[in-house]
Amino acid sequence: METRTQERTRIALLTGNEAIARGAYEAGVAVATGYPGTPSTEIVEYLATLPDVYVEWSSNEKVALDVAMGASMGGVRALCTMKHVGLNVASDTFMVANYTGVRGGLVVVSADDPGMHSSQNEQDNRLYAKFAGVPLLEPSDSQEAKTFTELAFSLSEEFDTPVLLRTTTRISHTRGVVQLGDRQVPPRRPFQRDPAKYVMLPAYARQRRPRVLERLPRLAEVAARPEFLRVEMRDPSVGVVTAGVCYTLVREVLPEASVLKLGMSYPLPLDAIRGFAAQVRRLFVVEELEPFLEEMLRAAGLPVEGKAYFPQQGELTPERVREGFARAGVLPEPGDAGRANLATAPRPPVLCPGCPHTAPFLALQRLGAVVCGDIGCYTLGALEPLRAMDACLAMGSSIGMATGLALAGTAPGPVVAVIGDSTFLHAGLPALVDAVYKRAHVTVVILDNGTTAMTGGQPHPATGSGVRGEPAPRVDLAAVCRAMGVEFVRVVDPYDLGATFVALEEAIRYPGVSVVITNRPCVEAPVKVRDEPFRVVPERCTACQLCMDLGCPAIVWTDETYEGRPKVTIRLDACTGCTLCAQVCPADAIVRVGPGWRRS
Amino acid sequence: MQTRNVLVVGVGGQGVLLASNVLAAACLARGYDVKKSEVKGMAQRGGAVVSFVRYGERVHSPLVERGRADLVLSLEWAEALRWAAYLRPGGVLAVDLVRILPPAAQLDHRTWQASYPAVEVERLRQAGWDVRPYEASRCAAELGDGRMANVVLLGAVSRELEFTVEEWEQALREVVPEQVVEANLRAFHAGRELPLASVSPGDVRRPAARTFRVEVTASWCKGRSCGICVRVCPEEVLAFGPDDRATAASPDRCTGCQLCQLLCPDFAVVVREEVAVG
Repeated sequence: METRTQERTRIALLTGNEAIARGAYEAGVAVATGYPGTPSTEIVEYLATLPDVYVEWSSNEKVALDVAMGASMGGVRALCTMKHVGLNVASDTFMVANYTGVRGGLVVVSADDPGMHSSQNEQDNRLYAKFAGVPLLEPSDSQEAKTFTELAFSLSEEFDTPVLLRTTTRISHTRGVVQLGDRQVPPRRPFQRDPAKYVMLPAYARQRRPRVLERLPRLAEVAARPEFLRVEMRDPSVGVVTAGVCYTLVREVLPEASVLKLGMSYPLPLDAIRGFAAQVRRLFVVEELEPFLEEMLRAAGLPVEGKAYFPQQGELTPERVREGFARAGVLPEPGDAGRANLATAPRPPVLCPGCPHTAPFLALQRLGAVVCGDIGCYTLGALEPLRAMDACLAMGSSIGMATGLALAGTAPGPVVAVIGDSTFLHAGLPALVDAVYKRAHVTVVILDNGTTAMTGGQPHPATGSGVRGEPAPRVDLAAVCRAMGVEFVRVVDPYDLGATFVALEEAIRYPGVSVVITNRPCVEAPVKVRDEPFRVVPERCTACQLCMDLGCPAIVWTDETYEGRPKVTIRLDACTGCTLCAQVCPADAIVRVGPGWRRS
Repeated sequence: MQTRNVLVVGVGGQGVLLASNVLAAACLARGYDVKKSEVKGMAQRGGAVVSFVRYGERVHSPLVERGRADLVLSLEWAEALRWAAYLRPGGVLAVDLVRILPPAAQLDHRTWQASYPAVEVERLRQAGWDVRPYEASRCAAELGDGRMANVVLLGAVSRELEFTVEEWEQALREVVPEQVVEANLRAFHAGRELPLASVSPGDVRRPAARTFRVEVTASWCKGRSCGICVRVCPEEVLAFGPDDRATAASPDRCTGCQLCQLLCPDFAVVVREEVAVG
């Protein structure tokens, strides 16, 4: 949130993600890439609002890292962003880029999601830094997110290594006060042929591997520099080693404790930590997820206490840190008076009113399909009342899993893979080729809503536009499928319930790989679709509940009943006019609002 | 100055983040340290949304600890209950009395009771909180745009926080899109003068569950080649049997809507109510 105040004061309230973008911008980043994924998305989006930087959404995280790596090899500073699980996709490159090193500074941002607010797992990507032998920076607020990003580029060039900057949801999505500066672009260092550095043949790779190991002790000295390490001596009876958002929780819950705050959590400044340990009576590690610091400190012979008191699962909160220190005998037991949750309505996330994914899921449920789903808004099709998904693992997994399930031959209904347009281009393409090659009897439904909806509507190679809204070449999904050898390819309007049913029924009957592409744009992004809404004629409603089976949040029960069942009404402010409920209503009770209506 | 803890909560799409952005902008203009934290992505799709705002001389944690919030600003009744436990004793709970029934609360097709909490302001007051119910959505709708309920409610509690009217107006001008600034300033001032709502409990008791029976005359049923009743049954009571004819596979789920009976072209389906005798 850069407001008009910012121009006067050069102070802005930025999220951690915006601050990373701002830091990269001020450090003169030339190329920024990424694939959208909560909680990382806003870094690239924010950079796209700033001038003089090439910014792209790549088709997946590995491509993003390859592009960034190429730019770095070309001598300019490059930033590559992704959510934690994205680094799994990019890891093939990441685990070699550490050997080759860089030319222009290369910073990889991994935004982790402890607590799984919007993710399928909560893996701790600090382990990747150790795995790859690259330095790991962990900001604890927005200001540090900006400063550390700038420092990361210098470090990357000084030590000839990619740098991993790791945030968590609470850092990425918390706004804080940030001091802004000017952009300074370092001189370009033109590309130089150097096969021994960049061609990782075994013979060359064997020469590069020692460099990874050699630089770690030197990096550990950097970790002790004051821009990264902060030792705050207060009460010597309790000392806490911590980093990232956990530092802020410790300061809040235990303001008198002595704290050693790490800015670089790998490699560790062990000498400084030993010195700190010698000055405190009890030494704690407070960290989210894995005992990453704890195990390294134990291995260094330090008597630390950590996961014995602080949970290994989920996001740490002030409450959980307080409970941990209470269990450790440092704080009194927290009283629970007045803290009990009150009973309230369940409110899980739902598909939006007018979501073009609704009809395909309703049809699949009624056709008794066994559905392997994928990552996106449409994963919500697994929930009541649609209940039309049986599995969902990782980006692009749907098609491969459906192939395997069809080969197993035990599914109680037709086997269907459901995948979004962006996810299909991310990791679905190789799986579809494979399904064709296997002659698998599967139906692949590509829910093409023309955007990357779950993360807020980012363009991708089939949207026809780029990250700044500029026109771009557009991949034709149907043509791609045909070119891969799929003989049954049908495009259908998911707002036409009957046509959707028929297309899916025919696709399921087809003895081989069939593809059905639904082609309605997302109602929320990039353009909000708001057609004339519908209303319920109460005298006609027989309260059969068929429209409620759509799970549309705009349709709600009223106090009026028909034969004991509640009649329904439509929230005009929420209805997008998609027509689905009117199509299913057997009593013709759902009609357009009519003339004279005006959306406020 | 002690750090102030505020939660702005509501349902995705209600404008929780805009309201908390206005508050954060006011804090920044005052020169406070401020942190504002929320979760995006899947958690936002029509689900419960919370934005934590903390401000003071030096703010560490982005999260408010339960039992320590000074103010919970809730744009919806059920969401007020979800987050009330974050309030300190005596903390202010400002709540718009609008009720948004989520799909997940309307799944009980036996008793037809929505799992949605009754509006019981007095019970919350007995828990020791300063509860302020408002008709903010109604007020915003009367002003011409129901979406401004967030700013109306912000106006209603603006006196509770230390910012001057001028500071609030300045913050609104900075955060709200330019073309709706004037409308939102009017909403803010309407909220500032908005009286507390009087609350009348209005929970609906519905009749007890009834039991129905679906009978299919197999010899009249065309089975899978027709399939209308199987497709249309809202409760998925009907399915194709081993002979490919329609059959009541899950009879307990029948709610007696009779769609199958009305739509069967061959008069093969009949729905009867089972009445206990004696």
